[in-house]
Amino acid sequence: MSLISAVDINKIYRSGDIEVHALKSVDFEIESGSFISFIGPSGSGKTTLLNLIGCLDKPTSGKLEVAGILTSDLSRREAAFFRGENLGFIFQDFNLIPVLTVYENVEYPLLLVQNLPQKERSDRVYSLLEKVGMKDQVDKYPDQISGGQKQRVAVARALVSKPRLVLADEPTANLDSKTAFMVIDIMRQMRDDYGVTFIFSTHDPKIVGEVETLFTLVDGVLVSTKKGKGGQND
Amino acid sequence: MIKLFKIALRNLIRFKRRTFLTTSLIAVGVLFVMVFISASSSFNNIIIGQITDSMLGHIQVHKRGYMASIDSLPLTLNLNEKGWKKFRSIAKEIPEIESYSPRIKFGAMFSNFIDSTNIRINGVYPDMEVATIPLLLSRIKEGGKAIKKGEILIPELLAIGLKVKIGDSVVVIATNRDGSVNGMQFQVGGIIESVTGPGGRDGYIHIEDAKDILRMEELEVSEIALRINDFSKLDKINNILTEKLSGNKNKQGKQIFDIRTWEKLSPFYNISKMIDIMTIFIKFMLIAIVLVSIMNVMIMAVYERIREIGTIAAIGTMPEKILALFLIEGFSLGVLGVIIGNILAGMSIFLMNVIKITFNFSRQTGYVLAPELKMGDIIFVSIVVIVVSVFATLQPAIKAAKMEPVEALRHV
Repeated sequence: MSLISAVDINKIYRSGDIEVHALKSVDFEIESGSFISFIGPSGSGKTTLLNLIGCLDKPTSGKLEVAGILTSDLSRREAAFFRGENLGFIFQDFNLIPVLTVYENVEYPLLLVQNLPQKERSDRVYSLLEKVGMKDQVDKYPDQISGGQKQRVAVARALVSKPRLVLADEPTANLDSKTAFMVIDIMRQMRDDYGVTFIFSTHDPKIVGEVETLFTLVDGVLVSTKKGKGGQND
Repeated sequence: MIKLFKIALRNLIRFKRRTFLTTSLIAVGVLFVMVFISASSSFNNIIIGQITDSMLGHIQVHKRGYMASIDSLPLTLNLNEKGWKKFRSIAKEIPEIESYSPRIKFGAMFSNFIDSTNIRINGVYPDMEVATIPLLLSRIKEGGKAIKKGEILIPELLAIGLKVKIGDSVVVIATNRDGSVNGMQFQVGGIIESVTGPGGRDGYIHIEDAKDILRMEELEVSEIALRINDFSKLDKINNILTEKLSGNKNKQGKQIFDIRTWEKLSPFYNISKMIDIMTIFIKFMLIAIVLVSIMNVMIMAVYERIREIGTIAAIGTMPEKILALFLIEGFSLGVLGVIIGNILAGMSIFLMNVIKITFNFSRQTGYVLAPELKMGDIIFVSIVVIVVSVFATLQPAIKAAKMEPVEALRHV
């Protein structure tokens, strides 16, 4: 069974009399443990699609199932709970909470979303911070670390709750090439270690070259699906 | 919850200047309210104490109808011996009554053999009067601190006006209840400080002398002043006394006794009430200050952190936790303001007591303001400020909790 199944997904934004058809009859399936990317130019609908998969928004029509749940049926609270249990997010601007240290940022989903006991939180946070190479920076605040380090912390935060799926919206857009490759390597390693599915939206050639499957969107239409260079079947 | 507090406090520290300004505003508001409450309460207590302890007593009992004609001090409306005895037997049943003093009050002509003027005479039992009106002796500016038979204490105004000194002989002429006029010679035993109001022309003689001058065969009492042992229980004791005396009726079936607390006898009660109303307005102003400043700062806090709200919502934080996060921030601002405000108020009030601020009230001078911070006021003001702080945060916090994560994340 697919982790994600999208059938005839449409998303229309309305603002007064203006109507924007952001996604047009999009169909796709994503298997568990994939390392894939949606690519396309700005305005092609990549972020919209990620928002729908991430239960942050609902499709105007069509059927979207994530981890066996029909996301359009979820209420606000149910969607929040679903995200907390099943999804991890990585943002282009890292979106770390500025008043929390590196450790506390990673701990946040376990403490305030999943309410896990202290010992388990601590084990998971230190284990992940070690894997992303940030264990020696635990007491630093986001404004005391570099962009690459912030994104590594963001990766750890996205994975700490043991999600089935991590959604990363332009995760390398604000990173230099070297750091970007390092972050991608870390994410692939995490996929290999934990079996987590990673989905990116990007037009960054650095990621395009690393993922296994590429979905290309143009003007809200899914125009092609092909294996990337990072694909296991290549 | 502790973590939410930690995040809220760190957010307050993150915007140091804004937190400082908002907290300062609340603290200054609390400071002014506490100082005003303490100072006005001290002023009230001093003046009420003066009025009750130097003239009125806490409660007064008259024959029904007397108060309506009090300006003419009618001897025909005095309580008779039977009424006086009845009162004494009932007063003994109420342990909260510390003391009482019967008075014969009448208007008279006062002469130094050259000039004459009118005077209001109080015939009293000295021991009972002093026990009930303990500041009476301290009002005697010249002469012996006592009211002896054959002597009269005259008010300062009369002494100055008629150039009367201690030891001078004077004559008091009065009309008794039957209309016959009688005069009696007294020696000036003391000059008493004048007080505000009609009591400013009050002189004191021994009650036996009053009986003689009015040719009373039995004691007829114009008024009975009472002192109770706990002023804060004034209304309760007044109700007990009223209930016990209410069974005494005349032949027409009407109540004999008329019982009134000082509040119904002194015009200062209206001033006191006005001060209480002003205190309420001052408290409303504090509420407005807290409401506007906290709401303003929390609206800004939500607006500035829209992306942060979007992030924590996307991660899976439930709306009620986002709500709590902002409510705790508002709550913490309120608590911080209250703590600093109360400390400043405590210091200010301590300083006021050290400096010893004096004030005059009508003819009385040199009162020393002695404000004190009462625990009840601290608790009340603190709770009001904290509740208003949380209430003011409610709207921005609800806005944050209801924010759609997808829109919040899009915010630049």
